[in-house]
Amino acid sequence: MKVLVIGGGMGGTIFANNLARRMRKELKAGKSSITMLSASDQHMYQPGLLYVAVGKMQPSEMYRDQTSLLEPSIRFEVDPVTTFDLDNNYVIAKSGARYDYDMIVIATGSRAHAESIPGLNEHALQFYTEPDAVAMYKQLEKFEGGKVVVAVGVPHKCPMAPLEITFMLVDYFKQRGIWEKVDLHYTYPIGRVHSLEPVAKWAAPEFERLGIQYETFFNMKEVTQNTIISEEGSEQAFDLLVTIPAHKGMQVIEDNGLGVSGFIATDRQRLNMEGRDNVFVLGDTTNIPISKAGSTAHYEAEVLAENIAALAESGIAPRNYDGKVFCFIETGEGKASYAMFDYQNPPDPKAPTAGVHWFKTAYNKMYWASARGLL
Amino acid sequence: MSDRKIVDAKNTFCPGPLMELIASMKQAEVGDELEVLSTDEGSANDIPEWIKKVGHQVLDSFDENGVWHVIVRKEK
Repeated sequence: MKVLVIGGGMGGTIFANNLARRMRKELKAGKSSITMLSASDQHMYQPGLLYVAVGKMQPSEMYRDQTSLLEPSIRFEVDPVTTFDLDNNYVIAKSGARYDYDMIVIATGSRAHAESIPGLNEHALQFYTEPDAVAMYKQLEKFEGGKVVVAVGVPHKCPMAPLEITFMLVDYFKQRGIWEKVDLHYTYPIGRVHSLEPVAKWAAPEFERLGIQYETFFNMKEVTQNTIISEEGSEQAFDLLVTIPAHKGMQVIEDNGLGVSGFIATDRQRLNMEGRDNVFVLGDTTNIPISKAGSTAHYEAEVLAENIAALAESGIAPRNYDGKVFCFIETGEGKASYAMFDYQNPPDPKAPTAGVHWFKTAYNKMYWASARGLL
Repeated sequence: MSDRKIVDAKNTFCPGPLMELIASMKQAEVGDELEVLSTDEGSANDIPEWIKKVGHQVLDSFDENGVWHVIVRKEK
């Protein structure tokens, strides 16, 4: 069986490593193959961007060579796909090479798309790429006080990012000794300060305790040099605007007509592209209405690897993805919490502790074992 | 007007039905109808509240076997 993995991010990497271990004998005997196509020879630990943006991590700490993370039995090529021919089971990559498959797993991820809001790209700080995160930190360093507005687009990668960047900004300004000169104003698209109700119920009083203003039902419409206007008719002047922009899937998905806004219609339990039995989708690339988070991709990848190995062996795929998501929540002041939930069980986040913060700090390093499929 | 788009947010907690609707609204054309399916009873309140604030229209809202259906139309 030929398995083709498109994308070398968290989902694609964990999937390929997990499958390679399960199919070790078949791969060694040459009866099966796993090929991964990626746009880069580097693997980025994307949650690190949040830390880079506030000066708590250097960019180089976010990267490893992709080949160093993959099982040796996986063929890896830096050759991003340009054309998907799902009817005939092959793709064409940038080099012009054609790659045939029996099973394809699409895990191309998502990207911030600030361009969807007029003026946002020009006037807001963001942190979803390395250059943006570094530029944000440079701007923060120059800031000596004034009004900071946090504005959030939908959908976005990492559901905790709006809260985390807000709490981390408080820490940053306190450490610089300018917190008293900062008026921090948090906005959120729906009628509470976070999509998860228990998290919102905890966060709103925290905002009040710290002196953070907040405004709900705020969806970005337009940004000028120092004002942001919402679809709901509100206006906020700012000295610094920090945004979590709305995200889209990758352009190649849209260009090939595989999904609206680059998100592929995916069965929420079987993880196959709707209407296709040998096309599977992982992580941010799906249109499943759950968190676009690394843990989502991680848990989906484990289920899919088990199923595809089982399909190869016995023709049966035994597992359903249960919607499991686990998100750390950095809450500032050296503490963190977490939220864990699935399709059936809502989250029940606990009070933040220093222990969870240190575990998250450790996980920032342990991630590389996770990507290798060891954790 | 195109066919009514279904936004199936049943049994999901994050980002949740209203966030899914907001994302879908961006892709919709003026005049399009969207039907949100939600198992969160709160959707019957927070979706109409947001729709009213932004100036769209709620066409119907009902509970059918534990699933809330909220039907809206994009007005601008």
